[in-house]
Amino acid sequence: MDLMGLKAISPDSVVLWQWGFATLNATIAFTWAVMALLVATAVLAARNLTSDVHYSRWQNLLEIVVGAIRGQIEDMSQRRMDPYLPFIGSLFLFIALSNLLAIVPGFIPPTGSLSTTTALALWVFIAVPAYGVAHLGILGYLKHYIRPSVFMLPFNIMGEVSRTIALAVRLFGNIMSGTKIVAVLLAITPLFFPVVMNVLGLITGLIQAYIFAILAMVYIASASRAREEKEEEPSPQEKEARAKSKKPEKQGNAGREADADPSDTGVEKQKPAKKGERKL
Amino acid sequence: MTDVGLIGMTSLVMAGITIAIGSIGPAIGEAIAVAKALGALARQPEERNTITRTLFVGLAMIESTAIYCFVVSMLIFFANPFWDYVIKR
Repeated sequence: MDLMGLKAISPDSVVLWQWGFATLNATIAFTWAVMALLVATAVLAARNLTSDVHYSRWQNLLEIVVGAIRGQIEDMSQRRMDPYLPFIGSLFLFIALSNLLAIVPGFIPPTGSLSTTTALALWVFIAVPAYGVAHLGILGYLKHYIRPSVFMLPFNIMGEVSRTIALAVRLFGNIMSGTKIVAVLLAITPLFFPVVMNVLGLITGLIQAYIFAILAMVYIASASRAREEKEEEPSPQEKEARAKSKKPEKQGNAGREADADPSDTGVEKQKPAKKGERKL
Repeated sequence: MTDVGLIGMTSLVMAGITIAIGSIGPAIGEAIAVAKALGALARQPEERNTITRTLFVGLAMIESTAIYCFVVSMLIFFANPFWDYVIKR
């Protein structure tokens, strides 16, 4: 907080070191600090992994973190999503760590800069078509854009761009507001109240990291789900619903997306079987 | 009134109005969402995980409109181009 004055809205403007053209601002420095911390912890903890009953405390920590993230991803998408684990997991860990380190004096969270959050949101923007193409093929993915009808094409594209902006501005706004409010309160009521706001900032930071990761997961899953729903055996309820509707071919897609409950139950029915497989 | 006074006054008043109006809607929306989620939790406690997760994601979506207003008012406060222009001149 001392590094960044009350008037500076972003850590980009805090220049720590300058040499000719090269400037090292606080965003870059603290981003690298967080990355170094993450990598060092992971390397140290993964140095002697074992499948023995007796394992180190660091391995226990790592297992809990990875298991929790994987569990959340599976709950979210109702099926195994191991290919997405590295991407979503790194997003979550980076954002969560840089938000939580905000309590360290002198540390400015790099997520409080619009450039960092825009970079993260751009990765999601790239990852959605990348995973979609890998899952469905290029044509299959492009069909996703004209899903209800051709007229929805511009809206689908606009939605994809606007949700990327929303992702970036949401994280930036939350973290920036946290640090700004603490800075303002330090000027007004110096001793006790900023601590309370700092604790609140920790909660929002963790929740925002969670939300960023979950939203990225939702976007990726919705882009790569399209064909699998079509291949699934329609459940009896769905057949009834389709028989009731008068134009089954044209309204099929819209109807199926509108009442998601039948397909959800269909997926949940499959879930126990899948869990059994995993145990085998 | 001079240009500096006018621009400063307008900026401050508009920043206040922005965050005030911009927080009313999301506040009502979040209240409704939390109330509904509590009702759902009371009816189906076993669906706790799904409800809580969906609630958090939804709250973040609702809250982002308030955050946009907050960012705009912060920009008016700290990075106001008109103010910088007048001060520089």
